[in-house]
Amino acid sequence: MLSLGTGGGKASKASFVSYVTPEEIKSEKEPPKKNKHPELLPGEVVFCSANPILKFTQDDQSQRGVFGTLLCTNFRVAFVSDEEEDAAQHFKNRLYGEHDIPLMCVDSIYGGYDDKKKLITSGLVKNKSPNKMIIHCKDLRVFQFCLTFTKEEDARKIFQGIVHHCLEPKSLKCVFAFSYSNIPNPERWATTTFDSAEDWNQEMKRTRGWCKIVTGNENFELSQRLPQVFIVPKAVSEEDYAKFQGLGLPIWCWSHHTGCALFKASSVPMLQEDTVAQAYMERMLNDVAQNHLYSVKTEDLSETLPSIQEIQLAYTKFKQFFLIDNTTDFWMSDVKWFSSLENSGWLDIIRQYLQKAVEVVECLEAENTNVLIMEEDGTDLCCVISSLVQLMLDPYFRTLPGFQSLVQKEWVAGGHNFQDRCNHLHHKDKEQCQSPVFLLFLECVWQLLQQHGPGFQFSETYLTVLSDSVHVPVFSTFLFSSACQRVSSIRADSPQTQRGALSCPAVWDWSVQFDRKAQDFFINPLYAEKPVKVVKKSHRPKHQRQLSLPASAFKTPSKKSFFKEETDSLKKMLRLRRISRWMLSPDSPQPSTREFYEAWLRKPLDYHGLLLPCLSGPAIRLWVQRYLRWLPEVQVFGGGAMAVISRLSELLAQVQELKQQLEWKGHRQETNHRGVPAHLQPAVRHSSVFPFASSRNWSFRPVIPTNVFQSLLVPDSLADQDDEYTEVVSLV
Amino acid sequence: MEKSGSVDSLGSRQSSSRQPSVDSLSSSSTSRSDRSSQAKPASAMSSDSASTNELSPELRQQSKLPAKLLRGLNSNEPQLLPKETVQDTAKDVTYICPFIGALRGTLTVTNYRLFFKCMDRDQSLALDIPLGVVSRVEKIGGTSSRGEVSYGVVCKDMRNLQFAHRQPDDTLKKSIFEVLMKYAYPISNSLAFFAYDYEQIFPENGWKVFDALAESKRQGLPNESWRISKVNDHYELCDSYPSTLVVPVTIPDEDLRRIAAFRAKGRIPVLSWIHPETQATVVRCSQPMVGVNSKRCKEDEKLLQAIMDANAQSHKLFIFDARPSVNATANKMKGGGYESEDAYQNAELVFLDIHNIHVMRESLRKLKEVVYPNIEESHWLSNLESTHWLEHIKVILAGALRIADKVESGKTSVVVHCSDGWDRTAQLTSLAMLMLDSHYRTIRGFEVLVEKEWVSFGHRFQMRIGHGDKNHTDADRSPVFLQFIDCVWQMIRQFPTAFEFNEYFLITILDHLYSCLFGTFMCNSEQQRLKEELPKKTLSLWSYINSQLEEFTNPFYVNYSSHVLFPVVSMRHLELWVGYYIRWNPRMRPQEPVHQRYKELLAKRSELQKRVEELRREVANKAASLTSERAGSPTRSITPVQTFV
Repeated sequence: MLSLGTGGGKASKASFVSYVTPEEIKSEKEPPKKNKHPELLPGEVVFCSANPILKFTQDDQSQRGVFGTLLCTNFRVAFVSDEEEDAAQHFKNRLYGEHDIPLMCVDSIYGGYDDKKKLITSGLVKNKSPNKMIIHCKDLRVFQFCLTFTKEEDARKIFQGIVHHCLEPKSLKCVFAFSYSNIPNPERWATTTFDSAEDWNQEMKRTRGWCKIVTGNENFELSQRLPQVFIVPKAVSEEDYAKFQGLGLPIWCWSHHTGCALFKASSVPMLQEDTVAQAYMERMLNDVAQNHLYSVKTEDLSETLPSIQEIQLAYTKFKQFFLIDNTTDFWMSDVKWFSSLENSGWLDIIRQYLQKAVEVVECLEAENTNVLIMEEDGTDLCCVISSLVQLMLDPYFRTLPGFQSLVQKEWVAGGHNFQDRCNHLHHKDKEQCQSPVFLLFLECVWQLLQQHGPGFQFSETYLTVLSDSVHVPVFSTFLFSSACQRVSSIRADSPQTQRGALSCPAVWDWSVQFDRKAQDFFINPLYAEKPVKVVKKSHRPKHQRQLSLPASAFKTPSKKSFFKEETDSLKKMLRLRRISRWMLSPDSPQPSTREFYEAWLRKPLDYHGLLLPCLSGPAIRLWVQRYLRWLPEVQVFGGGAMAVISRLSELLAQVQELKQQLEWKGHRQETNHRGVPAHLQPAVRHSSVFPFASSRNWSFRPVIPTNVFQSLLVPDSLADQDDEYTEVVSLV
Repeated sequence: MEKSGSVDSLGSRQSSSRQPSVDSLSSSSTSRSDRSSQAKPASAMSSDSASTNELSPELRQQSKLPAKLLRGLNSNEPQLLPKETVQDTAKDVTYICPFIGALRGTLTVTNYRLFFKCMDRDQSLALDIPLGVVSRVEKIGGTSSRGEVSYGVVCKDMRNLQFAHRQPDDTLKKSIFEVLMKYAYPISNSLAFFAYDYEQIFPENGWKVFDALAESKRQGLPNESWRISKVNDHYELCDSYPSTLVVPVTIPDEDLRRIAAFRAKGRIPVLSWIHPETQATVVRCSQPMVGVNSKRCKEDEKLLQAIMDANAQSHKLFIFDARPSVNATANKMKGGGYESEDAYQNAELVFLDIHNIHVMRESLRKLKEVVYPNIEESHWLSNLESTHWLEHIKVILAGALRIADKVESGKTSVVVHCSDGWDRTAQLTSLAMLMLDSHYRTIRGFEVLVEKEWVSFGHRFQMRIGHGDKNHTDADRSPVFLQFIDCVWQMIRQFPTAFEFNEYFLITILDHLYSCLFGTFMCNSEQQRLKEELPKKTLSLWSYINSQLEEFTNPFYVNYSSHVLFPVVSMRHLELWVGYYIRWNPRMRPQEPVHQRYKELLAKRSELQKRVEELRREVANKAASLTSERAGSPTRSITPVQTFV
């Protein structure tokens, strides 16, 4: 690292603040002329590059940095340092380095003109090119490049190039995934993809569901909205499948062990006079009700939850707190930190979604009614709620493979429009569709995870990495707008791409990004594994699926006929229930839900049973790892929650190692002496952001806040008083 | 030590006194983790609290408990401590619980505690509160139509209780609340604290934990630059200072006397801590009495110069004035002030802007409003911000961080003072020492730190807490020590493996800060404590704590010697201590306290260790059977499983 103004003195860099501008430095030391390339991925092509570029280190405002080459490829913006990189990195991403930004991961680009900072919105920069380029990433990294050392022509080119490839609209075929080829590896955690009828069948069996699988949409003949394979209540007749192009069709999500089930649907646009649509919806409701005990509760999520636009708005405000350019801004924003957080509304949205999920859980768990959740498309809010409900109710989804299957089932096969929600293709007209719905889901999962650590097999690091991976244009998982588009792209024999079909991996093939050791960070060492021995029958019947009654027990033909006679009264009942649900405003926590939560609190906690989140103020917290990992000001050296987690992981690893040794050479005596490896010395101390952000730049001096001391405004009358009332007189 | 005898009595007495907590512990282990027992306060001996009980639906699972544990639970009377006597009992009292609603039961007042046992069918609630916690008892409104009178009990530990009961028909008979007020305020009623009656045999005498000379010796003192002065042996120099003082060798006792006249309350600059390598020191004192005329004191200037000279590494001295500069300046009007740079060459004065005790008291009052009994969900964060509590914590930690940084990175000696040097100064020096010296992060080390920087250096516990004093509006009360413990908690959170003790240890200290069961936090100074013969007549909190270290130990502690901690003092890393301030709220249960997770982890670890050991034994056995011809040599012992800590 070159430390400007100090002639590269490494030892003193931490405390030294240089007031010399980079321009003044130039004459001092000519940066080495080297043109390095990163290791390109198969299919990766360099568009343009420039050298030397100074990348500022984020440490402070001292304008220090590293010289290197800045490149733009069809996959990423890459920075290759002229200096030797530290080899030891615990958590190296195989696809992109810590100074690289996958194109999709670029959130916004700013041009720095002397003191001013200007948001760049289009590829055509008419006025003079900026001398500084600031890139904010979707994974919340901030990069600052100084462009003044390279030739003006080169600087202009690289700036234009990066802006063009990151911000201009592009076609799906230009996404790097279509150029990338990779031989798929065997997945470490077997994930059910829900691509085939067999997967759905298995899932139905696992949950003892009692619905029917529809396979007639193999080529999207029924509707392009619907997945290839889906499940509907048994009672739905075939002619209703595609009546409204799949709108309004209740799609099965999950069955409770009692037999009631969760369904989701997109809503049918309904006019006042539209009796056909009304009748259709009534029919669908009845069909759902027939699934179990003729009951159904329905909820239009778009009426009671913040919309995707509100989610986007809140997150846009929220993320700004973490995309911080310099230390001054950091400490400025520290002053009103809590009210700023609150004003963004992000945490409150998380609370509302979790609250809604708890309400749905209550219907399924306490009232044993079927639930139909609806919204306009049925692929946004429905996905969040249905996945959260399943996560709370079904311990399988709290295992790592189970969670991946859940994402496949509800989000990927379920047809969440990742492409537009993330605006992967930067289409201007899609900007109002952009919304971090999937991230919101991961946030909610994180809240559950931090409240009920031992209930989850995966770690928060896993969730953080997963949230980053959405913006890595290598995986097929988060690329498409619908199941239909995904399938047609994978099948495509389109002439544009030479290879034809898309052969990129799923995000679940973690070996594409991380080696095995790094993947160990995905495992939560707190996870309380299910006791191996079979639990006694009387003990905790819930969620012991093998103990639940077969759902069909509730369904006898006689009841069916009984139902028909009762249709009218049922309808009345249904309407009543719907109204009662719709009447609720999202702000007032339902008293019944509170009771439900408190009743659950009173029961013994079973990490392999129902888990409910606590939603009161202090319980909804900031996802520190995801949001604060790149900020040098908040790195706690030798501390952080990771300190505990990594110690436990080490311990687990040791035990595993010992076990292995026993297996391999248990009969040999040396085992005794080799058994305890070097781990047992006090563990290496990491920073709190471990395993993210290499601690290379860590200065061993504390970060002293710059403006704490002016921030506190307290009533004068109190502040002016003396510490000792009684002795004021004697003092004078 | 007569081990068997003492352990015996300890065992029997403890099991009786600790009944409720034992119950909840064991019940919770069969049930919802031990959340509630964790967040529960001073457990054990004293305040088994509403938390266990209000929330302890666990107790419904009584049937699973061993029968002997149940005996205490079903009685309406508390398990009394030795020498504790019931003063009054009232049946048919209603406890108006802000979370559950009205509960009828029996209220008992002893000379140590208030005990309420709910008699309703499915609520097994019991409140067990040491009277020292009671700040105020007041009648609310008049007599209701049902002839009931309401009483509010405001507690020092972030909760308020409300009771209602029928006024005794016999007007001569005192209401139980009058009895309560009598015993809650022994000072106002000329009674002795229960601590003087309380007897219990602990295997260790906690009063011996701290010995000023031994602590000096640990720091390598006296040495060629620092001597131990006996000038305050009889507290003549300064009545709020300890008898043992460490001062520069070049300053004779006569000079110290002159300096005492120049420093407020005679609290002269003395050494608190010395860096083992650089010899940079942390020195504490009170403000100089410069006044409006900028008075000077030659000896004081000489002393500060000597402090600087004692550290060859630096030719500077930093003086940290904990106050905001405005207040420091205002103090000049009252004869106080701060060191001028003219008078003190090579010294740099820094103001740390920590507000005074009144601001802090008001901040805590607001915090209580925000967290008790109910939390407004949607405005939680802005409400929290409006209390400024965490901002004050941040400023205090930032100040300590600057001190630690100067000493560690700058290798410079520092002088710390506020006005009198017993509130903010104690916070700053003790926190800085906690950052600098890993010894203070052990359980015993922390006890020494509290004894040294707070107790012996005259933090006015009696006055700041108002032990047994009914004057609840006393402006001298302030949560100074609570803030210190909060700061320590923030550090524990940031460095979960750096401290030998856990969160429960801190909560226990705070609970007994108020309980008046132990003499540790009674009186205002070392001199008063000796006069009252506290070490003879009362027990030390550390006796109790050190007799069950297991409960207070952080399983993840790693002893990195000479490891300096620099906490991050950004709001992003500061958090409200839910496990303390909001522990009475049953809805906060699932917020697992950090040390709760530790315990789970510990259990997991020991389970794993056991498995490893079993496996190892297995291996050994196999090995032994395989190499049977050599098996006769008993020296070939199995490597014991090492502790992983």
